[in-house]
Amino acid sequence: MTPCETKAKSKHPSYGKVFLMFARNSLVRDMMFRANFLIESVSSVCWAIMNVGLYWIIFEHTTSIGRDTGWGKYEFFVFMGTTWIINSLMQTFFMPNSEEFSELIRTGGLDFAMLKPIDTQFLISLRKVSWSSLSNLLFGILLMVISLAHLMTRAENPWHFQPSIVVLYPLYIACGVAILYSLMICLAATSVWLGRNQTLYDFWFYITNFSRYPMEIYARGWGLPLLFVFTFVIPVLVVVNVPARLLAQPLTPRASWEWPLAGFTLLATVSSLNVSRWVFQKALRSYRSASS
Amino acid sequence: MFALSLTNRVACWWMIFRIALEERLAYRGDFALGTLMRFLPIITQVFLWTAVFEAVGSGSSTARLAGYSLDDMIAYYLLSMLARAFSSMPGLASTIAKQIREGEVKKYIVQPIDLIGFMLLGRAAHKIAYYTVATLPFALVFYLCRGYFASGWPSSEILIAFVLSCVLGFLLGFFMDLCIGLVGFWFLEVSSLLFIYMLLNFFLSGHMFPLDLLSEPWKTIVDWLPFKYMAYFPAAIFLGKIPAEQLWWQVGTEALWLLGLIGLSRVLYSRGLKRYSGYGG
Repeated sequence: MTPCETKAKSKHPSYGKVFLMFARNSLVRDMMFRANFLIESVSSVCWAIMNVGLYWIIFEHTTSIGRDTGWGKYEFFVFMGTTWIINSLMQTFFMPNSEEFSELIRTGGLDFAMLKPIDTQFLISLRKVSWSSLSNLLFGILLMVISLAHLMTRAENPWHFQPSIVVLYPLYIACGVAILYSLMICLAATSVWLGRNQTLYDFWFYITNFSRYPMEIYARGWGLPLLFVFTFVIPVLVVVNVPARLLAQPLTPRASWEWPLAGFTLLATVSSLNVSRWVFQKALRSYRSASS
Repeated sequence: MFALSLTNRVACWWMIFRIALEERLAYRGDFALGTLMRFLPIITQVFLWTAVFEAVGSGSSTARLAGYSLDDMIAYYLLSMLARAFSSMPGLASTIAKQIREGEVKKYIVQPIDLIGFMLLGRAAHKIAYYTVATLPFALVFYLCRGYFASGWPSSEILIAFVLSCVLGFLLGFFMDLCIGLVGFWFLEVSSLLFIYMLLNFFLSGHMFPLDLLSEPWKTIVDWLPFKYMAYFPAAIFLGKIPAEQLWWQVGTEALWLLGLIGLSRVLYSRGLKRYSGYGG
């Protein structure tokens, strides 16, 4: 290897390898406190089970959420499974990091992150992996598989496996995670201007709360402006709805708005990522260190 | 002599109360905004239940779900939030367990202040500070949602029972959390126990759904547990879901639970102090 090549290589660190190193370090750290790891995993699954319990009780009294929306008991459980999958991916990879990001800004620790020869957003976003949050991913998948098995074996209108779903479902899960990630980075970056943003984190929780329900429920009266804002301005409604709908509802017949919505989701993903990148860099330029 | 010590005592309580009050009112802007935002999930609940009722009653406005109309259901969520504002004790059990673990309990042994009384006054002051700031956002939200309270103001008897159940809920919530914290004398670390308690409390208090939705035998079991007084009971009183002949019996049962828990906390504290060896600095 010539010196020139070495130099070129050092300019472009191998992001994959760096990420694997972050993941490994986090795992080593988690495994140092094994009992704690176990308790964290079990407790997050308990919350998830309780949530399923709530809807189990609701479905004792009703057959579907909304009239003719197709969200019966097990379809809705597929929806919930999707919610848990996306949320657990967020909690595993991005949540601990963005919490730390605000702290780095407040304490001036961001200086060190900016000095490292690697993209700052990459470093900030992926430094920690919270492995215990993956328990909810397993729970979400389990819930989904059980619900799909129920849908497959029911007498009327059983669920059929469509090969295209193998590609489409993971793709839209990835889109959902990317949209939520962009939102989170934007919120975290505002701490550069605000100093501290505890309320903004509550805000994150409350905004994503809207994404946890089928979007049809907002399609009435004063829900329409909400539906519009949370689809086209802050696209959190497509995050769970699009992949869950692809999986839980039969591919044909489809309402006329569904394919355009799926297309829009791709567009929304790309633009969210771009906006978040822009906000992040703008925030970095306004950053004026802290302490000494 | 006795009179003097009593006035001294009241002055001491008043001071504790005032310090805690000042402490809480320091960040009132952030606090009021946070309270207002806590109502945002109600919006999704409104839409969710509207959709559920639409499926139940095929769109008719008289649809009932376990005796609740759609308006009742939304009113229930608003009222249970109000009840939770009284009964929830964020961080109480973990604070006590931490004080035991780190040896801070020593200060209650050497000073003539009772730990339980001190904590209770502190909490009461925090709650009062909370209500002074939170009244405005609460009033605003209830005003905006007044349409859901279809039957208007209940009778004065029900209102008295409602207020009483909220106050009892505060005390019950305090002593329940306190007992969990005091278990720290035996286990030092109570976070797992606390987690189980929080889980039960969240589900069985009626914070997530009206307990009337439960089917038998669960309904009877939950009826006998103390959790329902933390959220379900005040809301159910206000909405007239508790039959008139049972109303005061149930308030009495709540008071009995409270007395039992006060006794338990005293026993736990005195036994605990005997075991206590003042770890930490």
